Amino acid sequence: MLQQYLPAMLKGMFCTIELVSCALAVGILLAIIMAFVLTLKKTSRWCGPFKTFIFVFRGTPVLIQIVIIYYGLGQFVWLQHSVLWPLLKQPFFCAVMALGLNTAAYTTELLVGSIRAIPKGQVAACYAMGMSTWLMYRRIILPHAMRLALPAYSNEVIMVLKATSLASAITLLELTGTAQSIIGQTYMTIPFLLLAGGFYLLLNSVFIGVFKWVEHCYGSTNK
Amino acid sequence: MLYGYLPQLLAGTWVTIQLAFTALLFGTLLGFLFALAKLSNNKVCYIIAEIITSFIRGLPELLIIFMVYFAGTIVLAKLWGSYVNVSPFFSGALALAFIFSAYLAETLRGAYLAIEQGQLIAARAYGFTAGQCFWRITLPQMWHYALPGFGNLWLVLIKDTAIVSLIGLSDLMSATHVASAATAKPFIFYLTAGAIYLALTSLSMIILRYATQRSAMRHD
Repeated sequence: MLQQYLPAMLKGMFCTIELVSCALAVGILLAIIMAFVLTLKKTSRWCGPFKTFIFVFRGTPVLIQIVIIYYGLGQFVWLQHSVLWPLLKQPFFCAVMALGLNTAAYTTELLVGSIRAIPKGQVAACYAMGMSTWLMYRRIILPHAMRLALPAYSNEVIMVLKATSLASAITLLELTGTAQSIIGQTYMTIPFLLLAGGFYLLLNSVFIGVFKWVEHCYGSTNK
Repeated sequence: MLYGYLPQLLAGTWVTIQLAFTALLFGTLLGFLFALAKLSNNKVCYIIAEIITSFIRGLPELLIIFMVYFAGTIVLAKLWGSYVNVSPFFSGALALAFIFSAYLAETLRGAYLAIEQGQLIAARAYGFTAGQCFWRITLPQMWHYALPGFGNLWLVLIKDTAIVSLIGLSDLMSATHVASAATAKPFIFYLTAGAIYLALTSLSMIILRYATQRSAMRHD
């Protein structure tokens, strides 16, 4: 009985992996930009909006963020007639957007914290050599900050993985959603909940293993 | 005002607050239990606590809530012989308490290890009983070290209470769901629910900042 549903569960697991990867990609891209503005361009007019964004997305539950983007945006009739509608009506795209924005808020906080931990002498040396702020950021500050933030970022990745299970609330068939639908058909609750749990623990181990390898290659030398 | 659904939203908020405090109570007790097990010299205790907390920290919150609600109902029915009606409030509070305690155990363990052990040796030399040592020396200092982590876990707990709506609890999220389905205006209602959660977390952060200042130790 378990064997005939295993392909569906594996499909759900791959959907989860896709969801995590896309959300992390969106998140880290936004975080790099927001951390640049918040640490090196403190007088910019974008500082206020970014700080509000981070406050809102860290203060509200992920479930509300996912549901607002999927169900909430469908309320506006003008949106339904716009070019973006084919994308916005898909649960995968909405889940990626919600999770990506959420992880962007948390990752920005991480990056800002680790940028502040970099010795000020490096920044002074860069300015003395005539580097522009953006050049200094992408060649010196950002690589150093990312190395410092690696342990905390691995925690954030695990959080995103756990948040993907909430995408089942907007009818996306990732791992938890697949398990729910199979349980609805077969009423074998405990085996499939345990199987879903096992798959999540497996994904956890894989992610933690990847991070341990990355830390070994590039991690901080301040041991 | 919100198409007349504000009283229902506020009633749901009250259920959410009750759920969060219930989970906090049980979670703190369980957290102390797990921390005790992890600090003990007994190898078996330590390994069991490690395994349980690693499982709970590795699984999504939604899955743990489903496990406690659906699997708990089945297990209780098998033990009792007939169908046992488990309320979503109690199983949600229990699941959230498990999650809270798994992370709190680590925080409490770190807080306990941060206390200078020399103080306890001196206290025993002065004739303090074990209970007096704990209440007058260990616990106040643990409270000071654990407060930031504890506060963070409380904020996470408030936000996780939203997930319990998915097993049918009539909390803020489900009241919002009902209101948005009835008026076909989900954006306004979910935005309001988000604002209410934001108010709860902001209030908690203000109280935590005040508590951290109050608990600061004078020699720091």
